[in-house]
Formats: sequence, C-alpha cells, structure tokens
Amino acid sequence: MSNIQQINRRDFVKLFGLASTGIILGCNISSDKKDFIPQTEGTFAPNLFVQIQKDGTITLIASRSEMGQGIRTSLASAIADELEADWKYITVQQATGDSKYGNQNTDGSRSVRTILEPMRKMGASAKMMLIAAAAKKWNIAEADCKAENHHIINIKTDAKIFFGDLVNVAAKEEIPAESKLQLKKVEDFKYIGKNLKSVDLKDFTHGTANYGIDVRIPNMKFAAIARCPVTFGTVKSFDAADAKSISGVEKVIQLDRMIPPTGAFFGALGGVAVVANNTWSAFQGKLNLNIEWNYGENESFNTEEFTKKITKRVHEKGKLIPGSTGDVNSAFNESKNIVEATYKVPFLVHAPMEVPNATAWFRGDKIEVWAPLQDPQTARAELAHFFEVDIENITVNVTFIGGGFGRKSKSDFVVEAVALSKKINAPVQVVWTREDDIKHSFYHATSVQYLKGSLDGKGNVSGWLQRVAVPSITSSFKPLSDYASGFELGQGFTNNPYNLDNFRLENVKAEANLRIGWLRSVVHIHSGFGNNSFVDELAFAAKKDPVEFHLNLIGKDRIIQGKSEYPYDSKRMKNVLKKTAENANWGKKLPENHGIGIAIHYSFYSYVATAVEVSVRDGKVKVENIWTTIDCGLVLNKDNVKNQLEGAAIFGMSIALYGKVTTKDGAVEQNNFFDYQMTRMKDTPKINIDIIDDMSKKPTGVGEPGVPPMAPAICNAIFNATGKRYRSLPLIDEGLLV
Amino acid sequence: MNKILSINGKLYTIDIADDTPILWAIRDFVGLTGTKFGCGVSQCGACSILIDGVLTKSCSMPFSYAVGKEITTIEGTSENLEFLREAWNDGNVPQCGYCQSGQLIAATSLLDKVENPTDKDIDNAMSGNICRCGTYSRIRKAIHRAVELKNQSI
Repeated sequence: MSNIQQINRRDFVKLFGLASTGIILGCNISSDKKDFIPQTEGTFAPNLFVQIQKDGTITLIASRSEMGQGIRTSLASAIADELEADWKYITVQQATGDSKYGNQNTDGSRSVRTILEPMRKMGASAKMMLIAAAAKKWNIAEADCKAENHHIINIKTDAKIFFGDLVNVAAKEEIPAESKLQLKKVEDFKYIGKNLKSVDLKDFTHGTANYGIDVRIPNMKFAAIARCPVTFGTVKSFDAADAKSISGVEKVIQLDRMIPPTGAFFGALGGVAVVANNTWSAFQGKLNLNIEWNYGENESFNTEEFTKKITKRVHEKGKLIPGSTGDVNSAFNESKNIVEATYKVPFLVHAPMEVPNATAWFRGDKIEVWAPLQDPQTARAELAHFFEVDIENITVNVTFIGGGFGRKSKSDFVVEAVALSKKINAPVQVVWTREDDIKHSFYHATSVQYLKGSLDGKGNVSGWLQRVAVPSITSSFKPLSDYASGFELGQGFTNNPYNLDNFRLENVKAEANLRIGWLRSVVHIHSGFGNNSFVDELAFAAKKDPVEFHLNLIGKDRIIQGKSEYPYDSKRMKNVLKKTAENANWGKKLPENHGIGIAIHYSFYSYVATAVEVSVRDGKVKVENIWTTIDCGLVLNKDNVKNQLEGAAIFGMSIALYGKVTTKDGAVEQNNFFDYQMTRMKDTPKINIDIIDDMSKKPTGVGEPGVPPMAPAICNAIFNATGKRYRSLPLIDEGLLV
Repeated sequence: MNKILSINGKLYTIDIADDTPILWAIRDFVGLTGTKFGCGVSQCGACSILIDGVLTKSCSMPFSYAVGKEITTIEGTSENLEFLREAWNDGNVPQCGYCQSGQLIAATSLLDKVENPTDKDIDNAMSGNICRCGTYSRIRKAIHRAVELKNQSI
C-alpha cells in the first residue's frame, strides 16, 4: 500500500474549508523520522496535503508554523519541483493544531530536515497521476508523456494539456506505488536550491497577513493581565475601582495560576485580568489596578548575586561529564603555557515584534483558539487537561507568527485566554504589553564558564578543561533540575568541533529562579561564545594565526557518527572556515583602529564559520563587515537561507552588543526596547553570506546555526583591534559604546 | 461620542475616548489591522503611519490629533509606497513580516522627503524601526531599488 492516499472529500471540506474538487492527496509524516511512518491498512492518518484544482491552483496544507523562516515557501518548492508546476499557481494554507497533521512543533531547525522527502514524493505522485490521465486522453503510452511548466506534454507531437484540465480524470487514477516513484535528479531541480520568493510577499507588503493579534471575532473582548513581578508570586488582594473607571473597561477578574501535569513552569502564571471593549482600555485598566502580591520564594533572586555565586562555583570542581577523555591534569602539569578564562552570558529574552497573544472562545464542550504558536499540539493537550474538554473538540488555529525565536513554542498565553473566555463566557483576545513580554518570559538562561587550556612546546592544545554553569531548560519541565541536562551539553559542549586528546568537561550547579526556555540556537549561544573566545585566546598565547590555529584544532579529516543520522564531518567544518577566511580576505592589511575575528560552530547539524571586522574608536565599537559561510547540506531555497543567515547575524549582534535581562528582588528590571535594546538599521554592517551548495547531503538546520558564532567573532575582532579581551556580554555593559 | 477619521481616503465614524492612541482607533475601532502594535512607547516603529504625510508613531499619539487630517496606513497607497512594495518584492525582504508595515511606511516618508537617499540618510530615517528578524540590509537595498524603479518609470 502506498503511503500517499486520496483523501475523503467530505473530510477535506470539513477540515480546511476548501472546495473538494480536483486531486487531493495526503501523506503521513513524522517529525522524528526522516520518511513516512509505515502504515497498516485502516490506520492511515494523513497529515500533509496537496490539492490541485481545475483552475490549476495547487494548495499545500502545511503543518509547520511560519514565523519568518520561510518554511511555507521551502516546502512548497519541493512539491512544485517534482510536479513540474508553475510557481505562480502555488498557494499555502496553514493546518490547524490537530494531531492528525503530525507533530507541528516548529523548533530545533528541523522542519525542512524532516519533511523534504515526503513533499517530493507527493509531488511526484501527483505528476504521475496527471501523466496517466493525459496518456488515456491521447490514447498513448505514459512513457510518451512528460510534465513541464504546469502542462503535460505529448513528447511525440508536442501537444499539451494544462494541469487544471486533467485533474478530474487524474483524480480517479490510482496513486502510484512508492516504489514506482521516480524522483528528479539534483541537476534537474527547477525550484529546489534556487532563489524563490516568499509565497506571502503580497500580504506582507499590504498589511493583510493575519497574525494572532489581528484575529477579530464578532463580539470579542480584549484583555490585559497584570502578573506578579516575581515569578510564581500570587495575588494577595486587589482594588479594581480605578481600573473600572477607565472608559471601555468592562470587567476585572482574578485568574489563578494553572500548573500542568508536565511541569510546574508551564500553564498560566495567573494574575488579574482587565477585560475591555478595546486593547487600549484593557492596557490602561491594567496600569490602574492596585494589587498586593505574595511574592513567594523567588523574591530573593538577584541576578548580580547569582552570577557571583555560579562564578565562584565554576572555579571549584564540578561533576565530570561523560565524553571527557584523556588526562587534562597531566597535560596541565607538563605544559609551560597555561591559559585560563571565565566567560559570562546574561539572561536574554526573545522579544519578538509580535507580543504573545491569543484569542480564545470557550463554549462549554468546545474550545477554539487562534494564536501565533510554534507548537499548537502541546497547546491543545494543555487545554484538554486544564479545561477537561475532549481533545477532539479543541481547535487550535495557527496564525502567522510575528517572530517566535522560541517564545511561541510555549502555550501560557493561550491557556490564559481560554481561562478568561470561560470566566466571561465570550470570545476574548489576551494581548501582552511589551513590558509583560520582557518581564514574564521563558528566558534564555544566563551562564558562566571557566576554561583552562594548555599548549605544548609546538603551540598545540594539549589539554582543555571546561566547567559550565547554566540553569537548565529541564527546570521548566521538572522543577529543581539544578544542572544542565545531557541534551543541553550536547549543544556544543560535549560535541565541540575540535580534536582534543585531553578533554575534561564538568557540570556545575545552577538553580533556576526564572522560567527558562529556548531562544534561537539555545545552549549553542553559550558553547559558541566560550569555545570560540577561548580558542582565540589560546591562539594568541601560542602566537599563531587564529584561522590556522582553528584549522589545526579541528584536526585531521574524520567523521563522528554518533547516534545521529547526521554525522559530524570535520572536513565540512574546515571547509566553511577556509571559505570564510577567503571571503574576508583574511590576513589583509586593515585600516587603522580596525580588527578582525573569526569563530566557527557546529549546530543543528550545520557547519558555520563567521568572520567579523570591527572598528573601535574612542571606546565606540562598530561592526563593519560580517562574512558567514554555512554548509547546511541540500539547500531548498537559497535566497531564504541567505535571508536567515543575514537575520542571524543581526540577532547575534543584539546578543553581543545589547541583550541583558537582570532581576532585583526577583523582578525583571528591564521594561521595553529602551532598556532591552537590539540591533537597529544604524548598527547594520555589510553582510556577506556564502552557502556551500552540496546537494548530495541531507538538508540540515538554517534558522539557528548562524547565531552562535556572532558574539565570539565580534569579541575576537575587538581583541584584534585593541588588545582588550571582553569575556562578558553584552558589550554595552563592559564600558564599550555602540 | 462619535468622531470621524479619514484613513486612506475613506471616512470612518467611530465612538471612542479622545485620549485613545490612533493605533488602537485604527486597529480596534476602524478594524484595519495592518498597522501593528510593537512596544506602545514609540521605540520600535511597528505602528508607523502618515498623518497629512508626516511620519507618526501611532501608538503614542492621541486619536483626537488625527481628526480632520488624512491618515495613510499600510492598507493605503502612494506613488512612493508602490515603488517600495515592488522593491520589497524584488528583494524578498520580509521574514516574519510583522514589522514590515511600519518599515514600508517609514521608507515612504523617507522617499517623500529625500529623492535619492544615501546609506546615511537611510540609517537616520530607518533606525526608529526595529526588525527582530534582522532584515535591515535587505530593507536598505530595497529602498535604493525603489529609487531605481522610480527613475526607470519616468
């Protein structure tokens, strides 16, 4: 039985509200496996759909959320290519958050990695059905037909029929067996690997793309929620009189904290909600609430003290981590050239341009939600648990996402909206203010690392000790997880790209007193910063050129298979480094007050090297040029990869120069973009992106891997320019102006 | 009390409190949602609109200020806005797209004032608009491209 199937038309209409004409194909993909899940008869549950209609329109129903990483366009390109479709007929529709459509979680840079193959097979299947229909019409052999530019061509006569004119006949054709599918050769690709424009450009440039915050339901209310400044604090008492005096405010309602079975940090924080007939009144009402809080045990949490505490700890022995190898102590004893350094990264917040928000309508036995969600299925499961509604009766509609960066993989804002809708018995949109977003996030954790390295007589690294203290994301799932977990250390610590004979990694205790979450490239931000800064320091101590030193440290060609189907290949790592050095004209004479720095990183199975040129004048640093090279295997949409890497450079600059969340007495001190700053147009350097075009390799991550090398490359460049080493981020806090 | 707003050449009658920022008048009362909320304090430019041709952060300007004036939002049109749209399209500028309404309006205001802006002009005019996805270099190129398109059309 083929894993691609025709879809029951009535179901299709019900699910997507699309006309049930033409060819409708569905297949099932899993996010964990690269290919189809083996299906037994009767249990087939398609989760990826393509429809071809009489007017030629091809609609792809995408299961992954679009948050700016171009997924909708990339996935459509795979189908269009195999189908020989004309790009102008391609449209994409977002699937609702139903488990029928497979795992929809959009994080970990894995969307393209997992769905490419099934998409191509769907396209190839549809093409064969169209060819079969045309062959019948002409009464010729299928082998005498080919597909080209939205038509089937009779090879012998050059006669052609438009796709749309064939769909009714083709829809009755059998779906070809998977074994019969002939996928295109790499050199024949028309869309895959080329520069494709976003399918959503028209909406983006006319203000007609609907984000979560743009959802409008008849008779809906708008709400803002005051949450305790200290994580997990609760409402002691409140006075709503002033809030209620604001024009437009209708109700003030207390919301309890909601804790899911999966862990204490998800669910909703609770607080006091102001319901109004417009967003502004809700915001104003919230500002006019007089609330007394029970701050709870996190009131004593001060980031400054915490950093001191974990800095002290990384200078003591930690827990040995498996993967350590050789004997660093002997290496240190034998060396005459020892380098030690301590690196610090602060808490960070995603601050996507679209604040967290959700529109919910609780109707007794049914719940419908509209929200910008990276992981709609987890939201659905949480809602089923909290509101005791059958999961089949919960619809989560995923809107456009105005930036996610990991923040919108959490569902707390959705749970709040449903709880409130239930209380007021009306549809309601909960909108976070920017201050809410900065003060109540799932933060990227702070870290302190201690590194000690030794050089042998030839200036080669003979020993490498690294102690890492970073509050764990696991704490959000399982409270009191005080050490980084294995999967976190696997983000650039246990699997650094270097060839080290004597390597010792130690895990150091770090408690979580804020909600910790994922932020674009996650723990790789810490490992990328520590590793690359330290290699630069070692290169300086060895009196060697940093690029040469890096190449030497990556070492001989080797492939580390690991458990993954994406082995680490040191040759690819060296290749991107060499390319970047070449593009940056490494070794060239730089203008006065300029410096250049390099960093490499392996993350989400992709290889990245970045060189940064800075100028430093009168204590003012400016990033002048960035050169990044990525090897992410097969490239689906070259221009999209380029756009992602350009964006990652800007995101990485924000981390290096500006980003810092601090707490005092448990409360986050930053408020809005004036004190949580980020890169702007005036800071933007020339960015040169080079993409290794290796169509023989599997596609790997694109959205995140560009971020980790940025901060260390900038700091290494500043060192090159000034001789001063910056080991703590962000740079604006270190006496540098930007 | 009923007030009349003129947006993109159309009149809208809404019942609204005077101190409500224009942003929320447009989004929640008129129902045009292309103008975005980003920060509420004039820091990010997502809410940029033109009032009688002047670039305005609509989140921080009371609605009453716009009464009797002409508002242009991303749902509207102008000669420069159309060239910019085409250039945005040519350069495949947006990622998540959320800030792009404000970026396009700010760029329109720039081209309305400066016929052929330099990079420095662009830095000055566009640094009030944050793009968290980081599409700045594409925005810069697209503004230059729009000028090119405009010159070609003459």
